Amino acid sequence: MAEVTKKFMYINRKPPYGTIYAWEALEVVLIGAAFEQDVSVIFMDDGVYQLAKGQDTAGIGMKNFSPTYAALGDFEITKIYVEKESLEERGLSLDDLQHLVWEDEDEDWAEKDSIRLVSRAELADVLADQDVLFNF
Amino acid sequence: MAMLHLVNKSPYSVRNLETASSIMKDDDSLLLIEDGVFGAVKKGKAASMLSGLKVAVLGPDLAARGITEDKLIDGIEVIDYAGFVDLVAANDKVQSWL
Repeated sequence: MAEVTKKFMYINRKPPYGTIYAWEALEVVLIGAAFEQDVSVIFMDDGVYQLAKGQDTAGIGMKNFSPTYAALGDFEITKIYVEKESLEERGLSLDDLQHLVWEDEDEDWAEKDSIRLVSRAELADVLADQDVLFNF
Repeated sequence: MAMLHLVNKSPYSVRNLETASSIMKDDDSLLLIEDGVFGAVKKGKAASMLSGLKVAVLGPDLAARGITEDKLIDGIEVIDYAGFVDLVAANDKVQSWL
């Protein structure tokens, strides 16, 4: 069977904990990476809250899955798009999010930023370039 | 007849906070829980809906979402689950805007 690599995009638009979508999305993203597809992940609308740093779920009795986002780079998921307008509307900036990185083996494992801050217009172009879209 | 209004959804996804905040009477209180706590952030666009209202927010739900108290609208009270019970007991009715 011929090896076919497709551009998979996972679109995250919901906050963590209030529903199960964010956690399920993360599981599916990791599965997609295991199949060596070309994976991109978008965080927009309330989905930007998934990447908020300093999450502490001890008081609500739920698992804090936010540390897993830091592992995406190890699964060669290096294209993480965050929509600028969504952050601004919510009074957030990149400083409020986790600092996600990946190591580039072609450049002696240099550490590079995974998060790409994009406008809605830029996001439209990214979206148009994909083969498969998954919505959460 | 004071009423406690509960909002548990993000003001950036649905209009529950807008409905609750605009229907509240003078003696009423608003408690933001679960994804509703996003409405309590000072720099967020939804913040203007809460001006002049008596608002509390559930601390454990803030912490889970990584929102520190310095990010909140001035004058909002952060309470725990025991404080939630006290608020329910202090009001005549509870209205959950689901």
